[in-house]
Amino acid sequence: MKLNDTERDLLKEIADLTELPTGAYNIRSNSRAVGRQSSANIDIIPKEGVSGIDIFIKPGTIGETVHIPVVMTESGLKEKVYNDFFIGEGADVEIVAGCGINNCGAHDSQHDGIHRFYVGRNARVRYAEKHYGSGDGSGKRLLNPVTEVYMDEDSYAEMEMVQIKGVDDTTRTTVAELKEGAKLVVRERLMTHDEQKADSIYSVSLNGDGSSADIVSRGVARDNSYQKLDLKIIGNAVCKGHTECDSIIMDNGRILAVPALEANSVEASLVHEAAIGKIAGEQLTKLMTLGLTAAEAEEQIINGFLR
Amino acid sequence: MYNMLRISHLNFSVDSDGQDKEIIRDLSLEIPDGKLYVITGPNGGGKSTLAKLIAGIERPVSGQIFFKDQDITEMSVTDRARLGIGFAFQQPVRFKGIRVKDLIRLAAGRDIGVTEACAYLSQVGLCAMEYIDREVNSSLSGGELKRIEIATVLARRSMLTVFDEPEAGIDLWSFQNLIEVFQKQRREISDRSILIISHQERILNIADEIIVLRDGELVGQGTKEEILPGLIGSSSAVPACKGVEI
Repeated sequence: MKLNDTERDLLKEIADLTELPTGAYNIRSNSRAVGRQSSANIDIIPKEGVSGIDIFIKPGTIGETVHIPVVMTESGLKEKVYNDFFIGEGADVEIVAGCGINNCGAHDSQHDGIHRFYVGRNARVRYAEKHYGSGDGSGKRLLNPVTEVYMDEDSYAEMEMVQIKGVDDTTRTTVAELKEGAKLVVRERLMTHDEQKADSIYSVSLNGDGSSADIVSRGVARDNSYQKLDLKIIGNAVCKGHTECDSIIMDNGRILAVPALEANSVEASLVHEAAIGKIAGEQLTKLMTLGLTAAEAEEQIINGFLR
Repeated sequence: MYNMLRISHLNFSVDSDGQDKEIIRDLSLEIPDGKLYVITGPNGGGKSTLAKLIAGIERPVSGQIFFKDQDITEMSVTDRARLGIGFAFQQPVRFKGIRVKDLIRLAAGRDIGVTEACAYLSQVGLCAMEYIDREVNSSLSGGELKRIEIATVLARRSMLTVFDEPEAGIDLWSFQNLIEVFQKQRREISDRSILIISHQERILNIADEIIVLRDGELVGQGTKEEILPGLIGSSSAVPACKGVEI
């Protein structure tokens, strides 16, 4: 697999990869698969007609990983990619995705990844997705991920979705439907800076008795950036749902938090929390009494908050 | 004897309904090297304000503060910390995402190992392995937070450490542990100094000298033998727990 230094840097940033991962993987660079490997229990098959892959994880597959990172270094590339994950009954796997765009040119680069997860009965999946942009070109770095999660009875999904830095414009859409006993945990971390704009939209339907969702989004909006967090949980059964938007604004940053709950069953128990504010002065003071400058203290507080 | 801290004619006031309210009035005092001093006095007497003035969190209206003979009156909180002034908050601050070990490492100013970080937690009576990876957030009780605050200040190994009411929020069992922490510090003090703001008789008992502050003014200073008899029974000193021996 041939990758240049920029591509390697991006892979390190988004997937913590410095060499080829073990297990199944599909590495996509500038709209081409530059490395692909299936394993005994995990098949990766390219789609026909549209860009993307189908990932089939056999029932009962335990402790295996799938890496599907995407990097883009050519300015002006625009792509829409469909990746479907079929996670077999009773499997327990980890999936690492992520997209890094380096745009040194004048044209916009855009990656829209549509990920659909079909999580089988009793299956467990941990999914990590990191988005990152770099490069000093005037062209924008655009990412519009769509994540759809369909969860069968008693399945469990834990999703860590992070946008670290350098993404100029993003609309992140996550839709989930949960059957009986299924549990979804989402931890989102969003950092916007300069003139960036980020919309994050969730719609989680708790359709089965005993299903539950815990969606926590933490955001930091710096400089002149803007974030809109639109988190909705719909309770249609005996279920528990919790959403939390917790945001720090700095400089001229702006944040709109729109937590929404819809209960269509008297047995639905739904809670939302939302808080927006600047870094507390006493937090800065405490770290300054430990010898940090105000700027160093601010950085520590944000790094911790987004960890 | 070298003076760790010298305060000269310090004044501090706040705006209260459009009027100046004096909190510290023409206060002068000295804390020598290698000593443990306790400042006590009635609530609202200006003790915590004085602690914040020393740490640089508040700025005086007039007067000067010298640390090791250097005028630090105009110095920032950060510069004072780097110079060797440590400060333990009366009400410790919570941080989402920052772990106990992160805070102890920041306090130590270097990337200390987990073993060393744990040693500071053990000193304040916390089972280190249970706490080292926990976030310093609202999942911690007030007492746990207070002990972690004291552990971070111990990790700084400052020349002068100011503890603002270290007993506040600490339960009876932990209080004994806290006394042991100060006694250990007292033994190992050498050229360092400790200044504790406290109402507790048992903390007053371990002081080299006690300073009494009332209405922003120094109204008494001396050894415990000189000061305690006048305080016992007044609102300035309260026993750890009436009728219970620990």
